[in-house]
Amino acid sequence: MDSGKLVYMANQIGRFFQNQPEAEAVANTADHIKKFWDPRMRKAIFAHVDHENGEGLQPYVLKAIQALKSEAATPKV
Amino acid sequence: MSLIEETDYGTRRSTSDKTVSLTIDGFEIAVPEGTSVMRAAMEAGIKVPKLCATDMVDAFGSCRLCLVEIQGRAGTPASCTTPVAEGMVVTTQNERLKKLRRNVMELYISDHPLDCLTCAANGDCELQDMAGAVGLREVRYGYAGENHLGAAKDTSNPYFTFDASKCIVCSRCVRACEEVQGTFALTIDGRGFASHVAAGMDEGFLGSECVSCGACVQACPTATLMEKSVIEIGQPEHSVVTTCAYCGVGCSFKAEMRGNEVVRMVPWKDGKANHGHSCVKGRFAWGYTNHRDRILKPMIRARITDPWREVSWDEAIGHAASELRRIQGQYGRNSIGGITSSRCTNEETYLVQKMIRAVFGNNNTDTCARVCHSPTGYGLSKTFGTSAGTQDFDSVEETDVIIVIGANPTDAHPVFASRMKKRLREGARLIVVDPRRIDLVRSAHVEADYHLPLRPGTNVAMLNALAHVVVTESLFDQDFVRERCEIDAFADWAEFVSRPENSPETAAHFTGVPAETIRAAARLYATGGNAAIYYGLGVTEHSQGSTTVMAMANLAMATGNIGRRGVGVNPLRGQNNVQGACDMGSFPHELPGYRHISDDTTRHLFEQAWGVTLDAEPGLRIPNMLDAAVDGTFKGLYVQGEDIAQSDPDAKHVIAGLSAMECVIVQDLFLNETANYAHVFLPGSTFLEKDGTFTNAERRIGRVRKVMPPRAGMADWEITLALAKAMGVEMNYAHPSEIMDEIARLTPTFTGVSYAKLEEMGSVQWPCNEKSPEGTPIMHIGGFVRGKGNFLITEYVPTDEKVGPRFPLLLTTGRILSQYNVGAQTRRTENVVWHEEDMLEIHPHDAEERGVRDGDWVRLNSRAGATSLRARITDRVAPGVVYTTFHHPTTQANVVTTDYSDWATNCPEYKVTAVQVAPSNGPTEWQTEYREHSDQSRRIAQVVPVPAAE
Repeated sequence: MDSGKLVYMANQIGRFFQNQPEAEAVANTADHIKKFWDPRMRKAIFAHVDHENGEGLQPYVLKAIQALKSEAATPKV
Repeated sequence: MSLIEETDYGTRRSTSDKTVSLTIDGFEIAVPEGTSVMRAAMEAGIKVPKLCATDMVDAFGSCRLCLVEIQGRAGTPASCTTPVAEGMVVTTQNERLKKLRRNVMELYISDHPLDCLTCAANGDCELQDMAGAVGLREVRYGYAGENHLGAAKDTSNPYFTFDASKCIVCSRCVRACEEVQGTFALTIDGRGFASHVAAGMDEGFLGSECVSCGACVQACPTATLMEKSVIEIGQPEHSVVTTCAYCGVGCSFKAEMRGNEVVRMVPWKDGKANHGHSCVKGRFAWGYTNHRDRILKPMIRARITDPWREVSWDEAIGHAASELRRIQGQYGRNSIGGITSSRCTNEETYLVQKMIRAVFGNNNTDTCARVCHSPTGYGLSKTFGTSAGTQDFDSVEETDVIIVIGANPTDAHPVFASRMKKRLREGARLIVVDPRRIDLVRSAHVEADYHLPLRPGTNVAMLNALAHVVVTESLFDQDFVRERCEIDAFADWAEFVSRPENSPETAAHFTGVPAETIRAAARLYATGGNAAIYYGLGVTEHSQGSTTVMAMANLAMATGNIGRRGVGVNPLRGQNNVQGACDMGSFPHELPGYRHISDDTTRHLFEQAWGVTLDAEPGLRIPNMLDAAVDGTFKGLYVQGEDIAQSDPDAKHVIAGLSAMECVIVQDLFLNETANYAHVFLPGSTFLEKDGTFTNAERRIGRVRKVMPPRAGMADWEITLALAKAMGVEMNYAHPSEIMDEIARLTPTFTGVSYAKLEEMGSVQWPCNEKSPEGTPIMHIGGFVRGKGNFLITEYVPTDEKVGPRFPLLLTTGRILSQYNVGAQTRRTENVVWHEEDMLEIHPHDAEERGVRDGDWVRLNSRAGATSLRARITDRVAPGVVYTTFHHPTTQANVVTTDYSDWATNCPEYKVTAVQVAPSNGPTEWQTEYREHSDQSRRIAQVVPVPAAE
């Protein structure tokens, strides 16, 4: 998947929540991406964070992606 | 089966709660106050002869046939214009009345052709019936006097004729045009003997403002206005009530048949969405169903450059199934998916998503609502708690202030627009928020109080500014907010919209609409009584589509305009079953009933019912599928009844995605544009050829009834079952009613829905369950579905699609009355006489600057692509804005639109594309190449018969 497009989409989502307190904005952005993005899209943006340091992502959107990434890496009990 | 004869009560039903008792011909009768004597008699089973009266229009009292005697009153008053009174004693038949009526009929018949045996209305003519009813046996005046028998016949309209020689000048057509349709295209011109029905300025029906809704034809008591199909075929012998397959109004029609041939479609008076009215599409544009372009045999091919090869159903289904399984084996379970259709039934849509989830084993299912109303679902669920409009259509009768935003009802939802116009003529006020001067802004007897011609892409700025006025001028409904809404959320929102950046003065800078106009509109909405918002794709198809939906919901909650008749937030759905397609779980993240796929309880419910394990992760949406195809991870697609190559944005990207797939299966009536990139074609069935249900924009579930066998042999739901079976999973249903039973078992808002219920009630609005067994016309009465209403902060974020020196104009796209969506159906009807090609509307100033004259070819360039079409110069669009439709594949308007989309749902931003317009010599190279490719792609190999062995 084109990481540039995914970065754009993620920032667009984050922009809606940016008026909220940061913790809430991060959580809501992560929740939206988790609920609406197919796993391969999430995987592609995780790779972008890994390989490109999340270049282009707004800071709180980057935090949201990192939170999602950690959650995905945590084995489900 | 028999022909359904609807009772004509002669005059409208009274809605009074007060009852009046009277005696008619010795029978005691009780009816609501305000009922006419004629109707009261008819309700008691006494048919008073009539010609100028019909219950679709107001009483007129001109034909003098319905005369009665009333004890204690002088003369013989017309029963149609005389209201009942307590204790009234009426006589409908005696020697005096018989004589009077016979005299009236003698006069009519003395100037009427006596060609009953060869007349198209023979057997369905009220004049003929009345001659019989009054016992007419002779015409003492003879037929040689001055008459109208030589009057010319107007055959200009493609669907009906006007034969003036048969006209009795009863004015029913004129009144239907005024009162039912609201177009005022007809009048009675001339005086006395010269009186005649005139269309427009007497220029004939086709040349007039007539919109061919058919109301006049339906109202005509003679053969004067007559469907050409009846003239050609003859009178129907049976009829079946069904639901129209065009827009989201969901009109009920009687399909009037002779054998398996449709004679005509007549709007059904008991239809709760349309109450007996229709538009040109539903009434007349059904010719596509037997158009020569229909593909009736399954076809396959190895490569998209090969010609098609007709094969058996078994071979086509077997090939499709093995290809999908091969792809999954090679590229993984998630490498295939499907698209459900908003034109197909609920049952068919449900089955497609079920097949994708349970047989494909993934959630790569999506629907065309992705590109139209997906923001409605998201925005309303976040604020109100459910993904649907709040009202029924009848609610508009109690509305005092109507806001129409980003919708053009007279073109896209014409039958509801007629209801709306009627309410406006009764005095309701109107605010139109639209970049174009749509017809509602000013048309016959309708004028908007305020037209806010905002720049495309600035809806959120406009709505925030309206909210700013409501809050800062304390026009909000404190009691409603306190009792019904999240009070903290309201406080945050009120603080947000009160900021200077949301003031009308700031908004004026973005929207181009003067601050004072915005303020005045806000005051009217907040203080004018019951206020209702109606909106369309001009709201949703933006990068802030979902935000705009939330902003409207905020505004409605703040002013207390939710939860009763006359108010609400009402999406006007584009296609016939967009609402149903969404309800049925077409989206990749939701199971039927809008429940997220990750919700364990819901998923387990479906797993148990279907006997499979479901993937808990959301699948790909249509644009994501195309991206993944280009990326090489998505290789197979099943498309039921959609044409994404024409309807979806950035057509070149869509085509690149489709071309990158290894198996595209198109199930449709025609070889549409998507089929140019398909490997399997499965011939679909029209709405006339199958059973099922559609759900309209007011959540009304209506029956679709089969009136003829599927021409290609299988209904769409049967094709899906066959494909699933060939892929190894049997889904057993003997009839679509069994599919609905399964939907009801698994979907809380549908638990009370069944075909038996629909037979009993005609139609029902969901939620229909234990709590609301008769359905729910109005949502959120007493409380929101989510509990308390939720205000959300809706910051205006300008689109990234910017105008600049290279692309200085903004293109916005839309629909026209006579055509529908990608035009696959309407282009194959006589409707092309009104719109044979897409045109570019451009303001005179912009045209002059570019040296463009009306009708010239122009090249429309954007960052995504270019196309050429002809220009129409009009001040309907503001300077700086151009507009076109996307009905014709030769134009390919979506070559120009971009892949910007709504932040929440990926709904494309069709309504804002920065473009340049320049004179051109004709179609672009792309258009020419595309057409050549399309022609090549549609080749069907001729089967050469093998000579029999000696």
